[in-house]
Amino acid sequence: MLTKTSFQGKLTKTDDLFIPFIVAGDPSPELTIEFALRLQEAGADVLELGIPYSDPLADGPTIQRAAKRALKNDMSLTKAIKLVPQLRRAGVEIPVVIFTYFNPVLQLGYQRFFELLDENGAEGVLIPDLPYEESEEIRKLAADRNVEFISLVAPNSDTRIKQIAEDAKGFLYCVSTLGVTGERNDMSADVLTFIKKVKEHSSVPVAVGFGISTNQHVKLVREHADGVIIGSKIIRLIEDKLEELENGAEAEALDRFYQEVHELVK
Amino acid sequence: MLQVFPDVKGRFGDFGGKYVPETLMGPLQELEEELTKAMGDPDFVQEYHNVLKEYAGRPTSLSFADQMTEHLGGAKIYLKREDLNHTGAHKMNNAIGQGLLAKRMGKKKIIAETGAGQHGVASATVAAKFGLECQVYMGEEDIRRQELNVFRMKLLGAKVIPVSSGNGTLKDATNEAIRYWVANCEDHFYLIGSVVGPHPYPKMVRDFQRVIGDESKQQFLEVETNMPDRIYACVGGGSNAMGMFYPFLEGSPELIGVEAAGKGIDTPEHAATLTKGNPGVIHGSLTYLMQDENGQITEPYSISAGLDYPGIGPEHAHLFQTKRVRYESITDQEALDALKLLTEQEGIIPAIESAHALAQAFKEAGEMSSDQTILINLSGRGDKDMSTLMEHFQEEK
Repeated sequence: MLTKTSFQGKLTKTDDLFIPFIVAGDPSPELTIEFALRLQEAGADVLELGIPYSDPLADGPTIQRAAKRALKNDMSLTKAIKLVPQLRRAGVEIPVVIFTYFNPVLQLGYQRFFELLDENGAEGVLIPDLPYEESEEIRKLAADRNVEFISLVAPNSDTRIKQIAEDAKGFLYCVSTLGVTGERNDMSADVLTFIKKVKEHSSVPVAVGFGISTNQHVKLVREHADGVIIGSKIIRLIEDKLEELENGAEAEALDRFYQEVHELVK
Repeated sequence: MLQVFPDVKGRFGDFGGKYVPETLMGPLQELEEELTKAMGDPDFVQEYHNVLKEYAGRPTSLSFADQMTEHLGGAKIYLKREDLNHTGAHKMNNAIGQGLLAKRMGKKKIIAETGAGQHGVASATVAAKFGLECQVYMGEEDIRRQELNVFRMKLLGAKVIPVSSGNGTLKDATNEAIRYWVANCEDHFYLIGSVVGPHPYPKMVRDFQRVIGDESKQQFLEVETNMPDRIYACVGGGSNAMGMFYPFLEGSPELIGVEAAGKGIDTPEHAATLTKGNPGVIHGSLTYLMQDENGQITEPYSISAGLDYPGIGPEHAHLFQTKRVRYESITDQEALDALKLLTEQEGIIPAIESAHALAQAFKEAGEMSSDQTILINLSGRGDKDMSTLMEHFQEEK
């Protein structure tokens, strides 16, 4: 049995966090472990491990494609959670947050879900289609198991920001813009005002995600928030290497991935 | 006295709620507030009923199907003729209601999703009538099956956006419509076509569709002394059924919802959500749905583009669980046989969706006594299904 450590205890810092997102099983369970290791080397502080889902409402085309590839590999919520100890054995030490839509959790059963998280040493969970009002029971179960339930706030959360931020655990996920996940060219200046408002109420680090695609975005967000969350851009860096990975050029592909991520967040 | 549903959290017993990305919580809250104000405003309600009367052609008729009754030799069969509604289906009732609400909320652009195309046509029609921009998400497979309705939408000035993910049907079109709405919720009104989606959609669509049941109640008493013994309606998402059943929930009629069994409920190709599915979350609501053991939503099948939806309205899930409504399923072949029979006996070509309700009713009518009555909601007309019907009946020859 693995020693379970609390999320906050495992965070080595509370600002300048780099939180990458990858999909478990994309392009294979073995390579998920390799990509996670390179992300840790490139400075990742928390790993968001995405569960592939057939109908991901908050995701744009890049993450949808990754989910499709992973589902072809027969990945599931249970299998992804069981990947966590394998990540540990391979050397991934940073906290792992399971990012899943609600329906797979519902099918597995709340109790079993948290038992599995606990047994396998996952430190957090994030469910993008389970808003504050619907999450009371889950938040309680998470707290009982010492798993951090990560909350999200959006630019139009308005009067909800205060309550969500005050109850936030682990880190608070600030959705930078209205819309689904995906790379974007520009970041709106309104994001900065929004971050400021969220930080007024949050007792945990405030990390910004959705659309962060360039080193300029990373630098801009870092000036105002405590962390950046990068999903689609990282998925696309993986996607770009699918051919190489299939053709046996794995080591080169993984090295290049590390370099690109390093450039992105340096 | 029945408990009033949905409750403040948007739940019908165990089902319903709001399972959506945080970005949509604000717009849903705004919609809820505006809907409550509008439905409490006699001017808004009056305007809605005026448009239904003067533009959509309500009330629709209640027809006694004398030939069918004689042919089957059992209960007296009545049809509620939603096929006579403007644009050919019940979908118009809801589109008018939500279109007026969008206007009242100052939204100039509407988004809709469509399967068979009837909701897309209804949305495009109200957009034209009320001066709104309209874009309709539709699966590529449905675009192929419903060419005529795609043309109608375009002629009405709507933009039809093809969706290629999944099976290219209603589930996928709905996903894309929601994703677009997440990004554009500030100035777009999402006009959902059935009693599905996050609260307050299931309640709102039901309340705009209950005109079917309200009219039926009144019309039935003009020709019969009692309420019908049984009432049948087809169920995909379930809006025509909910509109018909709702005013009768506290009454005596037995209510029967009919799902699509496609090629048979013992095959993987069906859309019998309640018969074969189990509780889960789809498109923002907790309800029954078709899924695998890992909670991945599976692709439904039905010959009818309007019924191949893997979920169902949460209020139906509640009515199923509490056994207030009996849910049955009908195969493609049984529906097509019923469609042919009604066409030959009554000179009415129903939509393939509605033919599912007809097939179940015809199965049971012959076994009932001649002093009993049944009412079938004929949710739409079959014009849109001509190419499917031609393909099928030519193959049969």
